[in-house]
Amino acid sequence: MDFVQNLPFFGIVAALFFGVLCSVVHRRAAEILTYLLLGFEVVASILVLLFVIRTGTSFTYMMGHFPAPWGNEIRAGIFECFTAFFFSATMLLALVGGRKHIYHEVESTKVNLYYTMACLLLSSILALIYTNDLFTAYVFVEINTLSAAGLIMTKRSGKAIAAATKYMVMSLLGSALFLMGICTTYDITGHLLMSNIKEAMAALHASGQYAVPISVIIGLMSIGLAIKSALYPFHTWLPDAHGSASVSTSAILSALVSEVYMFLLIKIFYRVIGWDVVQDNKIMNVLYLFGIIAMLMGSIHALRESDIKQMIAYSSIAQFGYIFMGIGLGTAFGMQAAAFHLFAHASGKALVFIAQAGLADANGGDRRIVALKGTAHKNPIAGITFTVGAFSMVGIPFFAGFISKYNFATAALYSPNKIVITLVTLAISTVLNAIYFLRVVLRIYSPIEDKKPVIRSGFAFGLAVTVMAIGNIALGVFGSNVMEYIISGLKMFG
Amino acid sequence: MSKKREDYEKSFWYKISSFVNDGKSFATKEIKEEKHIVEEDKSINIVPMSPWDTEEIERTGLYDSYKHWSFEGILKRAQKFYGVFSVLVCVLIIGILLFSISKLPRFGNAQNPVNNEVSRRYIEKGIEETGAVNIVTGMILDYRAFDTLGESHVLFTACIVVFILLRLDTKDQKTLEEAEADDRNFEPKNDTILQKVTRLLVPPVFIFGIYVILNGHLSPGGGFSGGAIIGAGLILYLNAFGFKKTGKFFTLRLHKIISIIALGFYSLSKSYSFFTGANHLESFIPKGTPGNILSSGLILPLNIAVGMVVACTMYGFYVMFRKGGYK
Repeated sequence: MDFVQNLPFFGIVAALFFGVLCSVVHRRAAEILTYLLLGFEVVASILVLLFVIRTGTSFTYMMGHFPAPWGNEIRAGIFECFTAFFFSATMLLALVGGRKHIYHEVESTKVNLYYTMACLLLSSILALIYTNDLFTAYVFVEINTLSAAGLIMTKRSGKAIAAATKYMVMSLLGSALFLMGICTTYDITGHLLMSNIKEAMAALHASGQYAVPISVIIGLMSIGLAIKSALYPFHTWLPDAHGSASVSTSAILSALVSEVYMFLLIKIFYRVIGWDVVQDNKIMNVLYLFGIIAMLMGSIHALRESDIKQMIAYSSIAQFGYIFMGIGLGTAFGMQAAAFHLFAHASGKALVFIAQAGLADANGGDRRIVALKGTAHKNPIAGITFTVGAFSMVGIPFFAGFISKYNFATAALYSPNKIVITLVTLAISTVLNAIYFLRVVLRIYSPIEDKKPVIRSGFAFGLAVTVMAIGNIALGVFGSNVMEYIISGLKMFG
Repeated sequence: MSKKREDYEKSFWYKISSFVNDGKSFATKEIKEEKHIVEEDKSINIVPMSPWDTEEIERTGLYDSYKHWSFEGILKRAQKFYGVFSVLVCVLIIGILLFSISKLPRFGNAQNPVNNEVSRRYIEKGIEETGAVNIVTGMILDYRAFDTLGESHVLFTACIVVFILLRLDTKDQKTLEEAEADDRNFEPKNDTILQKVTRLLVPPVFIFGIYVILNGHLSPGGGFSGGAIIGAGLILYLNAFGFKKTGKFFTLRLHKIISIIALGFYSLSKSYSFFTGANHLESFIPKGTPGNILSSGLILPLNIAVGMVVACTMYGFYVMFRKGGYK
């Protein structure tokens, strides 16, 4: 056994431990500890990714002295490692980019608690990515919910606290449905380990036993995770949470917290219930329908917003709609497109959120779109990177968003019943995206007379947004290579 | 002839109806109580302005109808339908869940899928493999220790979230005095009966809690339940004697020290055991003779760690909700 195989487990436990450590140290030390941890996670997941690509198979890691169905187990394949790498890198950049805002908006004695929450959130994200056990997934879903609510409410305003409460209520509803799904699964299969459940499910499906509970399980898990990842009719917590939270929090929430639940849903479809069983079930069509509605309604809501952060938040809802639409297509191609869009959206959305803060700062913190006129001249780096992110969201070639829209369009061709609706909605949604993002781009570049007050948002901000913009363009240019790895990663799932 | 009630606003039905219809009476209350918020959010004062601000669009009037269209507005108008509809959806979901439960295997049947090789090994080999007579403890702290590691961090996370929300870190004398006055108004002070009973009760409660924790691997109980008992004892003590007495020994500093020692020990010792287990190395931790107090390897110290975390979390919750500080 290679030493590299220990790294996913080290990553999870180190994140938990660093979280506890951050709660007792001074804020500077907490910040440094968090950066160290995130740096370690990025390096570790790259090493594991290289190891998995070299060996060509996934591996399981026994947590303790007892083998899997008795003890716990984690598992790493290409898709898991790449997601872990991508999410920890995005989180690092989001925290670095919004560093100044954290210091301004959080009470000075509670900044270290902010980083505590960030570490715990990271541990839960990693555990959800790597876990091979349904109950472990639930435990870390709890940590994820609590720490995300903590991140939202660190900004001490009445609005943020109300938004965090709303988030908690909705999110706990989702957790409860998910837990019910796990309980029912355990009752009819007698297992909590993903691989064993899949075997038992396939046998039950073949014999036709427990057909009703199986449908209910798929429904409960899909809806539970859809609530937690803000699919359209369940999205009401998201705009408030994003609008009132600190900028790093918004980026993390939109790019990581919501997406890790979609990752978990994909994982459950492939590794717990089994792709064949899911395909025979009609729940896919429900997800597809909700996804289509979300694509349109999210964009329409975004059009009507006058606050840039709220606008980006509603745009997230539309983008989550794309992912659920891809999952709902019910084909392997749709799933691949959805998996790629996880990364395309994470890279674009985190970038837009952070860059938006730079633009608003250039204007004295005024977040209205009207007030952003000409801010790109005052803060050039924020302007350029915001434009990159906006182009990616719209889906202009050479940016990550283009590849995923192209993927969705191709995937639609393989599911004959849904081809027309998918393509038409994609087109409408793209036009709407273009309207509301490009209007901001035009506005921030409108000529102004007084170009003098150049706001320096700091070296950290510039570095973070530049790296994110380069990452987004790299994802767009080398999209087909990334796609190959995603396809082989999804094959390892099955 | 109808009679007009003077205290209609205090009546039960008025409260229910206002709660159902948007909760207006509750909303006014909330605004008054929002004292402790430090900074006002700037975004509250934003006057909604059109994102286009071109005069032409506004003159045509097209923009107005588009801007003031709102899905929530329609919902408000159709509120009656909305209420009926939500009840119907709930009933439907309850029906679906009950129906699916009726299709599940019968409870307690020996042929159920749950009675498989997994639970069999826990029951048959549990004592031999973990050294814990209490199989449940053996399961949560040895077989599935990773889940419990996460679970104790859930408690820690919850505690920190409450700290973020409620801890008063301000040096502002006025806020501190207000908090102190609130505490004096609403909490019991120098209640003789309470104090006498507490003097009698608290020592046995602590001893029982310690007993439950230390015997977690031998008898029903363990860190979670024992910690909860000790936490309840601490809360009772605080209620009887006030912050003056508890503030002497249980401070924020102590809470931090206990959390970091307990959770740090848990993470590090379990990492050692996971690492040796996964790499098929020999672990040097002895199992001992099952049934002895010093047996079952790491389970006893882990129980103590979990117990400390649970007791601290309970006490921390209580003081945060009561006053926002430990003194």
